[in-house]
Amino acid sequence: MNIGYYPGCALHGSSDDYEESLRACLNTLDVQLQEIDEWICCGATAAHSLNQKLSTALPARNLALAERGGFGEMLAPCPMCSMQLIKAQRALAENEGLRREMSGIVELEVRGTTRVLNLIQVFEQIGLDRLKAALKSPLKSLSAACYYGCLLTRPPDVVEFDDCEQPRSMEAILTALGAKTVDWSYRTECCGGGMTLASEETVLDLSHKILSNAAAHGANCLVVACPMCHVNLDMKQPDIEHRYGVRHGMVIYYLSDVVGMALGLPESALGINRHFVGKA
Amino acid sequence: MSRIGVFICWCGENIARTVDVDALAQEVSKFPGVRCALNYKYVCSDPGQALVREKIAAEKLDSVVIASCSPHMHLKTFRRAAQLAGLNPYKVEMANIREHCSWVHHDRAKATAKAASLIRLSVEKARLDHELQPIRVPVTRRALVIGGGVAGIQAALDIADAGYEVVMVEREPSIGGKMAGLSETFPTLDCSQCILTPRMVEVGQHPRIKLYSYSEVESVEGYIGNFTITIRQKARYVDISKCTGCGDCWSVCPLKRNKSEFDYGMGVRASIYVPFPQAVPARPVIDAKTCAKIIRNGCGLCEKKCKAGAINFKDTDKLVEEKVGAVVVATGYKLYDIGQKQDNASLAGYGEYGYGQYKDVIDSLQFERLLSASGPTNGVLKRPSDGAEPKNVVFISCVGSRDNAKGLPYCSKICCMYTAKHAMLYKHKVHDGQAHVFYMDVRAGGKGYEEFVRRAIEQDGAKYYRGRVSKITEEGAKLVVRGADTLAGVPITVEADLVVLAAAMRPADGVAELAQKLNVGYDEFGFLLESHPKLRPVETNAAGVFVCGACQAPKDIPESVAQASAAASKVTVTFAADELMREPEIAGINEQTCAACYACLRACPYHAIEQAEVRTPRGVFVKHTARVNPGLCMGCGTCVAVCPSKSADLEGFTEQQIYAMVESLV
Amino acid sequence: MAAQMDIAPNRLIRLLQLGREREALNAQSIWQCVSCQTCATRCPKSVNCAGIMDALRQLSMEEGRVSPAQRRVMLFQKAFLDNIRRNGRLDELELIVQFKLAGFMHDRRFSLLFKDATLAPKLNKRKKLHLRGKKVRDRAVLRRIFARSMDHS
Repeated sequence: MNIGYYPGCALHGSSDDYEESLRACLNTLDVQLQEIDEWICCGATAAHSLNQKLSTALPARNLALAERGGFGEMLAPCPMCSMQLIKAQRALAENEGLRREMSGIVELEVRGTTRVLNLIQVFEQIGLDRLKAALKSPLKSLSAACYYGCLLTRPPDVVEFDDCEQPRSMEAILTALGAKTVDWSYRTECCGGGMTLASEETVLDLSHKILSNAAAHGANCLVVACPMCHVNLDMKQPDIEHRYGVRHGMVIYYLSDVVGMALGLPESALGINRHFVGKA
Repeated sequence: MSRIGVFICWCGENIARTVDVDALAQEVSKFPGVRCALNYKYVCSDPGQALVREKIAAEKLDSVVIASCSPHMHLKTFRRAAQLAGLNPYKVEMANIREHCSWVHHDRAKATAKAASLIRLSVEKARLDHELQPIRVPVTRRALVIGGGVAGIQAALDIADAGYEVVMVEREPSIGGKMAGLSETFPTLDCSQCILTPRMVEVGQHPRIKLYSYSEVESVEGYIGNFTITIRQKARYVDISKCTGCGDCWSVCPLKRNKSEFDYGMGVRASIYVPFPQAVPARPVIDAKTCAKIIRNGCGLCEKKCKAGAINFKDTDKLVEEKVGAVVVATGYKLYDIGQKQDNASLAGYGEYGYGQYKDVIDSLQFERLLSASGPTNGVLKRPSDGAEPKNVVFISCVGSRDNAKGLPYCSKICCMYTAKHAMLYKHKVHDGQAHVFYMDVRAGGKGYEEFVRRAIEQDGAKYYRGRVSKITEEGAKLVVRGADTLAGVPITVEADLVVLAAAMRPADGVAELAQKLNVGYDEFGFLLESHPKLRPVETNAAGVFVCGACQAPKDIPESVAQASAAASKVTVTFAADELMREPEIAGINEQTCAACYACLRACPYHAIEQAEVRTPRGVFVKHTARVNPGLCMGCGTCVAVCPSKSADLEGFTEQQIYAMVESLV
Repeated sequence: MAAQMDIAPNRLIRLLQLGREREALNAQSIWQCVSCQTCATRCPKSVNCAGIMDALRQLSMEEGRVSPAQRRVMLFQKAFLDNIRRNGRLDELELIVQFKLAGFMHDRRFSLLFKDATLAPKLNKRKKLHLRGKKVRDRAVLRRIFARSMDHS
């Protein structure tokens, strides 16, 4: 399977352990990722908060680059990126005036024809049957709380993925690979997103609640599919423990980490040793 | 040579202010066929009608045109006046120079000219009017009531007490509907079954009511006064004529843990069961989906135990025919499904409330069963997960109602009242408990209703928060409910032991299919359409079919009962005369020219056209033809439009008349 | 986030309905909002509350009405956008330095400058500290895209 790849700033920055993980995992499954040449930042929270036009233009440029590269589909592993890209793609596909305006601003013709996928969708496209067939080490020791965060399933009329209140797409993958998943209440509660630097207290507060609820429901790890969530729950976990005087000791896996482990890849190949919180 | 009299009404100021009625009368008197034209202040008044009758006699008029208001207002009045003067009432035409002219224009000259054109059209039509006689239709004085809830029961009793036979069809094993499952009813807090079961027994024992329980309407043929209904009696596997209701069968049944439908899943029942002790008929039914004997020829204990020999595993569905003259639809409601699975793409459940995920998040009907003295917990309030007595119960209003995004946009009317009732009944059972109600508005418009809600707040200590709940999470053994109070402007978090969701009211399943069989309209939500929301709330546009209760719109018990009696009175009006009179302005097929292509039959929305044969007096076949059933035809004219040989025409609005009217204008 | 907000989202919208935009633009809550999109997802009237918060942020910045207590958040977003404009992709180190300096210039507190200083070696140990990232080749086009997007004429 050949698919376009839009890493986004986080996966080429301090969250490049996520890229290491998903590249190793997808490579094992014969998925070739072709990075979009000259991709730029999608704008993230800053753009949609401060300038509406920019928040469409920056993704539009990336969509134009993808179209120029001949990609019908593109993986954007960061849900902030994927949500912004899908939002722009939908708006462009439906509005000729917008297409003309954006094409002018970004200096490339953009039609909004690229389908943007998140990592879960890529695994779904590969198919649970194929994953089961390639299973080498069932994830028997995992009692996982699958954490979706905000932007994988919201806004539902934009991303149209899974159920926005009770998603189960990650659970389906984990169950197929032999893991136990827990029923818990904070699947789609926000971790604080990109406010890690701007408003640290908010992030610590929200992420602490998520970790606590997962633990209370019997989880021994979280599985995430977002680099910002991973930073807030993993890198900031020591700060959370310090602030609330509680020991969480909760390992935070990327989805590609657990799939990769199930397929027999060593933790070092998946960048798991680069996380802040390791197994107890 | 026509002798048409034209009477122009001033309608006080309504017409005369804008239309020059004198000039109009002058101009109109010159139209071909007009014998006399005059104007008068109020033609509909007694002296006005007298004037019309005088002129008919004096001028030997053979047609009359009244230029005044809409025919919806006074066509009947003027037809009666003409008839009194000896003129066939269908030789009366009305030109609407009020709603269609003086009420919508300001320019006097132009309005007068338009009025003249409108009158010209009516004059041309009147010249070609035929004398017509109303159609007489025999009437079978028996009624069908579909649905055995409180509305159906009321309608059936009223019609039966008036002296007519009633056939009642109920698809559950027992009548009683949703009301039989309620604990107590607002605003009196009467025990629901206590006030309903006497009526249920009356229905079961009434000499003129024939009850088909565990049955459904299979098909409907015919028309007002002359319906043929086919009823499917579903297989009970129990012969209720032999069964004594002793209960040996269900006590010996080994499969006792099926989820009870009557308890909405809060309780269990055996595979052979009576839904509740006061059921009418109080005879069991076997659930073929779970019975071991029926599925794999095992067990059979009930058959062995039954002293009356009433169990019959070879039972099958039976089709029965009944002839009735009127139908009352009282099929009631169901609750909006709060979970993820929906039967309609525009609906989505409320996953954020965890219904279906958390055992202690239930809906209002489930709570009624937990409250009910004859419920699965015998009236002791135990929460579903661990049977503990809940000390903090949260009630959430408007779940699925008033929600344009993923629910239904309308208000379900009864939830504010029953939520207050729930808060009160909860407090009466758990004295140290606290009820928390999250509401958007409190709608308590009935008699004593506002006072009832205040009682819940002031006497029974219910806490009312004005705001919605955004999410329910499970933290430890508690359900954490996060909502808001917009009056204080603060978020409200309640740790609840039990959450009750006031789900929206929707019409019962299968109502669309039933409506199609009856030719009754229904709206986008499935509620059956009344003829006029203000003035004809229990009639439908299908003559002879009436509606009452929650199948027409969300409503409470007093309103359902009132509507049921109203529907019953309409039925008794239908049965009052030996024959029914129908308007003769219906379609007719010229059987000589008809080619029997049956395009009209396929096009007719009322299924009023039949395939027929033309035969000689000795019975020799001549040709096929289409034929209009005068009982069913509503005079819509669709057949006239599609007929390729121009064999179909509409009495009272013939093609010739239409061409004459159009030509008179150009 | 509503518990921490001075003016909750439903009240902000009510202020807008009443024509009292000034008060809405001054609110802290529009900068406390984490853009989780839950509001728009749950609204039974399909009001795009998340979009309204974005618009309020943009307007409050344009009109110079950003709540003083939340200026830091706004400074972060501005620093982020400046970074993109210059580099095409986010240069994390540059962003952190610029943001901390801007924050320090605003409230003169050293604590912000040296906060998380111990993080750097921990990131480095995990090979997460990238001093030189892969840059976009054509960076001039970014400046033009920004200029066109921010031009209100």
